[in-house]
Amino acid sequence: MLSIYKKEISSFFSSLMAYIVIGLFLVVTGLFMWVFTETSILDYNYAGLDQLFSMAPIIFIFLIPAITMRTFSEEYQQGTIEFLFTKPLHDWQIVLGKFLANWTLVILAILPTLIYYYSVYQLGSPQGNVDTGAVIGSYIGLIFLAGGFVAIGIFASSLSSNQIVAFLLAIFLCFIMHWSFDYISNLPFFYGTSDDAIKRIGMSSHYLSISHGMIDTRDVIYFISVIVFFLLLGIHSLKRRNW
Amino acid sequence: MSVIVKDLTKIYGAQKAIDQLNFETKKGEIIGFLGPNGAGKTTTMKILTAYMPSTSGTAEVCGHNVETESQEVRRLIGYLPEHNPLYKEMYVKEYLSFVADIMGLSDKKARIADMIEKTGLGHEQHKLISSLSKGYRQRVGLAQALIHDPEVLILDEPTSGLDPNQLAEIRMLIREFGKEKTVIFSSHIMQEVQALCDRVIILNKGKIIADDPIQNLQYRVSGQRVIHLHFDSEIDVSALAKIEGVSKVNTTNKKEVQIIVESEEDLRPVVFKEIVKQGWVLIEMRQEKISVENIFQELTVDA
Repeated sequence: MLSIYKKEISSFFSSLMAYIVIGLFLVVTGLFMWVFTETSILDYNYAGLDQLFSMAPIIFIFLIPAITMRTFSEEYQQGTIEFLFTKPLHDWQIVLGKFLANWTLVILAILPTLIYYYSVYQLGSPQGNVDTGAVIGSYIGLIFLAGGFVAIGIFASSLSSNQIVAFLLAIFLCFIMHWSFDYISNLPFFYGTSDDAIKRIGMSSHYLSISHGMIDTRDVIYFISVIVFFLLLGIHSLKRRNW
Repeated sequence: MSVIVKDLTKIYGAQKAIDQLNFETKKGEIIGFLGPNGAGKTTTMKILTAYMPSTSGTAEVCGHNVETESQEVRRLIGYLPEHNPLYKEMYVKEYLSFVADIMGLSDKKARIADMIEKTGLGHEQHKLISSLSKGYRQRVGLAQALIHDPEVLILDEPTSGLDPNQLAEIRMLIREFGKEKTVIFSSHIMQEVQALCDRVIILNKGKIIADDPIQNLQYRVSGQRVIHLHFDSEIDVSALAKIEGVSKVNTTNKKEVQIIVESEEDLRPVVFKEIVKQGWVLIEMRQEKISVENIFQELTVDA
């Protein structure tokens, strides 16, 4: 598993992939936070990173599928999957190694935004007037959210040898898992009866709840379950070769 | 017995890719899988390397069942798949080190250096795999398959697309390795099988139609050899037909004569003495074994 992890990480950094992902995420969040007037923190009057954490899922829904789409699709396409499947590796080791490598890359993309926290901290009046607890919570929430998206993306990639198919499927599944349950719960049919329960199937309600700075084990368990669920689906989908 | 295959069958949908295969291999044996396209060579290899399961029947590698103990089998096998899949964005050395990590080798550096030397990758070891020519990529594939010193080496068409020099080098490597370990390789180049193998298994439409040591195979179909003779003037062929062991004499213009020989013994001295006795002038004599190619065609075309 470690050998797969190391190989994936080094392939991210030996291609332009890692640098583009990290740079892109930093530039886009930077633009929204500091430049575009509608969302700029400078006109917002509150010292917080709310813009970052509300924008991040929207960026991730495109960025993460773009990172993960090659994971298995490329192996199918180039035939290297046959190499992996005939080496002494269990399927779960392959999936987990690739998942951790992709997740690491996304976390590396999140880390530079700590500069924004530092800037806001310095700009606050009085200095340091930031809800640090909420920021820490939000970062943890964002990392879990990214984990969920990566797991979904890897599952989508394990389904097809076409990277575009994997990309679109991952976006769709991420959307379903993240937002759709919010919208469904707003339907009048569920109003007042099961709307809250439906909302909590989606990732966004758990993400918001962690963002408040309160790390509830239920939310953590939820995210871990989502990750494990999609990784298991991914492992299962690799077994298709046996059919 | 390093590889034991019993009643192995694989069915894709309605099509039987391989049908009740049975064979065993010994240590130190080089076995050639021969057969036309779609005969089931690659399918058999994919099952032996634990890439996919069979529909029925069993396969064992060094006493480990391919399906129930697939991890052990994968450790014992070195496999070079048909199209030699490689991670093209990796460097040769980086790739070999990745493979060594997967195999969990303790003396990683020494093994990599050894493989690079044996496969003649010295000058290319710091290059990107994508920048290598086909022959060098094939060597990387071979190095990858051999790095953990496997008990059984399985090569699916290892020499396709190589130039004659590369061919000779790769054959030498295979022969070297085959002295102590088992090698199973598939090919549709007959001369190669003739040059390399101790034993040939000919597959056609998923069935084994011949499984013989290479020498036996050459007599198997009709047990015949042909002596071609060429004279400077017309002769009387009936004298040649009287020699013991000659089964048939063919001639087109009484100058060019083919003698079909059934006996195991070499008849050329006898034939020559007869010619001298008759006082004919011989300008050419050569003997031809019926080649594996002929056998292959004869067995697979009408089978």
